[in-house]
Amino acid sequence: MSFFLADQVAPYAWFPEGASSFAPQVDFLFTAILWICIVFFVPIVIAMGYFMWVYRERPGYRGSPEALHNTAIEITWTVVPTIVVVWVFWEGAMGYLDMARIPKGTVDVNVTAKKWQWAFKYENGGEHEVIPVENVSAKELPLLVLPVDRDIKIIMRSDDVLHSFYIPAFRAKRDVVPGRYNYMWFHTTKEGLYDLFCTEYCGDNHSQMNAKVKVVSQEEYKKALEKAIQEPEDPLERGRLLYKRQGCSTCHNAGAEGASGPGPSYNGSWGKSVQLESGTEVAFDENYVRESILNPQAKARKGYGKASPMNSYAGKLKDDQIDALITFIKSMENATPAAKK
Amino acid sequence: MSVLDRPIATPGYSEADSYPSHHFLNHSKGFLSWALTLDHKRIGLMYLVGVMASFALGGTFALMIRIHLWNFKDGWLSNQTYNQVFTLHGAIMVFLFIIPSIPAALGNFLLPVMLGTKDVAFPRLNLGSFYLWVTGLILFLTALSVTGLDTGWTFYTPYSIETQQGGAVLAATFGVFVLGFSSIFTGLNFIVTINTMRPPGMSWFRMPLFLWALYATSIIQVLATPVLGITVLLLSAERLLGIGIFDPKLNGDPVTFQHFFWFYSHPAVYIMILPAMGIISELMSVHCHKGIFGYRMIAYSSIAIALFGFLVWGHHMFTSGMADVTTIVFSALTFTVSIPSAIKVFNWLGTMYQGTVSLNTPMLYALAFIFLFTIGGLTGLPLGALSTDMHFHDTYFVVAHFHYVMMGGTLVAFLGGVFHWWPKMTGRMFNDKLGIASAIIVFVGFNLTFLPQFVLGSRGMPRRYATYLPEFQPLHQLSTIGSITLGSGLLLALIVLLMSLVNGKKAPRNPWGGATLEWMCSSPPPHDNFSSAPTVGDPYDFSTIEYDARVGGYVKRT
Repeated sequence: MSFFLADQVAPYAWFPEGASSFAPQVDFLFTAILWICIVFFVPIVIAMGYFMWVYRERPGYRGSPEALHNTAIEITWTVVPTIVVVWVFWEGAMGYLDMARIPKGTVDVNVTAKKWQWAFKYENGGEHEVIPVENVSAKELPLLVLPVDRDIKIIMRSDDVLHSFYIPAFRAKRDVVPGRYNYMWFHTTKEGLYDLFCTEYCGDNHSQMNAKVKVVSQEEYKKALEKAIQEPEDPLERGRLLYKRQGCSTCHNAGAEGASGPGPSYNGSWGKSVQLESGTEVAFDENYVRESILNPQAKARKGYGKASPMNSYAGKLKDDQIDALITFIKSMENATPAAKK
Repeated sequence: MSVLDRPIATPGYSEADSYPSHHFLNHSKGFLSWALTLDHKRIGLMYLVGVMASFALGGTFALMIRIHLWNFKDGWLSNQTYNQVFTLHGAIMVFLFIIPSIPAALGNFLLPVMLGTKDVAFPRLNLGSFYLWVTGLILFLTALSVTGLDTGWTFYTPYSIETQQGGAVLAATFGVFVLGFSSIFTGLNFIVTINTMRPPGMSWFRMPLFLWALYATSIIQVLATPVLGITVLLLSAERLLGIGIFDPKLNGDPVTFQHFFWFYSHPAVYIMILPAMGIISELMSVHCHKGIFGYRMIAYSSIAIALFGFLVWGHHMFTSGMADVTTIVFSALTFTVSIPSAIKVFNWLGTMYQGTVSLNTPMLYALAFIFLFTIGGLTGLPLGALSTDMHFHDTYFVVAHFHYVMMGGTLVAFLGGVFHWWPKMTGRMFNDKLGIASAIIVFVGFNLTFLPQFVLGSRGMPRRYATYLPEFQPLHQLSTIGSITLGSGLLLALIVLLMSLVNGKKAPRNPWGGATLEWMCSSPPPHDNFSSAPTVGDPYDFSTIEYDARVGGYVKRT
């Protein structure tokens, strides 16, 4: 309980720490609305309690049926709230216009949302890395690195269903809609590590579709970009990196890593004959893995016919990247825990 | 001193005032006399049983959700099951409970009696709408037990097209389609009844406010529900025939679905809350024994809410990437709804002023409504304002806000209404002290459940999450404790009502001192409601209504 009480006076008791230029406007307007609410709500409750007591039914008391209408009071309690909400609307709309007008000279990041991973691509073509995290149900999360004190433009698309890109610390949110690009921008003001959530329901692992956002200095950002463009030479290491970066790990378990579903585990499958949903069997080899990456629904494993469908990776992976992934899956030949039969 | 503490009617005082030997409940017997009845009172009671059972089911799912969220990860449900459970909670509560609760159950029972007529305009259509509701219920339960519906109650595309639970989506959307017709028939029936069957002397502005609210609700039901029918038909056509409407893979646009869906579902919010406001107007005046303050403003504000309610659906899509002008216009329109709602709250308070306030069970539920609905309404402000909504959209702040309006508002008003009219419907008085206890437990439990969710939302906790960050855990646990308290309060309310059927005192004609027509017929009403046409007076003139200890209730001084 002491933990609970300490929580309520922590800096994030009402809002997470503000780290974008939108935060002061949003926090100011919310605080203003909060006070408006208090100014309306407290007198209402006091009046209610007072009337309950003073006019309560009791022997020898009979209320008066006179007060049924009072034009002056009725006009007042119509006009005053109207003025107040017009102001609230105006403030909100002005703040929104600031969020909607994307300035020139931005640092651009391409964001692809898919079940259930965020993928980030930087201006130099480099892609995000995946970092281990503690205390959340996903063991590893993608990391978006951004420079501090710059205007950032986010260009978003979805590979499958609706998602929504939300960074509480930036007070910024925008839905990711399949079939079109959606844009948003913000100005980073503070270095630090922040949470990114998907806030539009997208299926089984919606709640694990998080990421981390790291706002760093210009120099560190440059270093991160250089690192982002590299992939390891060793095919196995490259396969492991792609397994995480491409989001395979959000559905398929490999060794002790990755989510335990809804896709089948890679463990102990290589070289064996696996049962298919159609009732036939297929050898788990290079051809099967390649086909399952490019056309995932072609040969669904037994028991996975009703699972959330995987997106095709055709056109997204180069042949040597697929080879690296095959090498990685091959290395799971004897890994434990073994996959479900 | 509550009515129950007073001595009950002296036997033989007046044949008409005591519990009648012949009434609608024992008018005819047997299963078919209920299943094929055209009596609006029996249909209303069957609806009441149906919506309460649906509420119990939806409530069980709610508790499953809250218990699952006790820990930030590794709850007792898998992600997939959790998604199915919150989908069913939402779908059952919205389509099977809240929308039909007040209009179909209480409205059906009361509307003809309040109008002093024998029945609604189209009794067969009324029975038909009940069976459509039952059909919708069965289709929903099929989706529940045979397959796993996991789309959320909103069926957003393209998820609802892609999901492998295709059979469930079809069964559920067809269920929604059928339920929509049930809703349209009820609305149509009420509009025609109120327009054509008001007794001589009952002009529009001598109508009880509950009827004004039902009239406004019916207009929305008739105008908006067909759009929902069209939407789910298009959705089914897309799934079955592969016509590209909403699915981007077929050149459709998923945001179009949201426009279609909310064009119905936002007005539906007012289908839920308007009748609740009508109940509160009745309860406040009757239990304050004083005419309603600002009758005309309340009546007009119901109509204003019904009209404005059609123009604000876009506020569900502020973050979806609509054009900036559209977004700003929708924000402005959204605020217009807040004014008529605020006027009603002030008028209810004005009704208490200089009244004679009876603090009994229905009144306490009404007071709880005002408290909770005011919070629900005020927390709509940061959601209607655009820049703050960018932070709150799709977080727990929204969840808390609409539960304060839908549950703290509609459900609490529904309970208040059920307690208020229970003596009329069943002819039995309930235990007022235990009823008061249930109201207090519900009030405390409700706030304990949903106040922490506002804070969760402002800290950034997204909705529909099966697992969450550990820093949110204490508030989630507080909310779970609240939900169990709330559940026990609701259970107590049910027990109080059921106990009254076993050992409740016989109810007088007018136990609370109401001036509307339903209190002029016996409790429970006879099959034909009124043996002779009642005289219509001012529905809020309490000056001639006085307590009479000999009948244990109120009588009109002549």
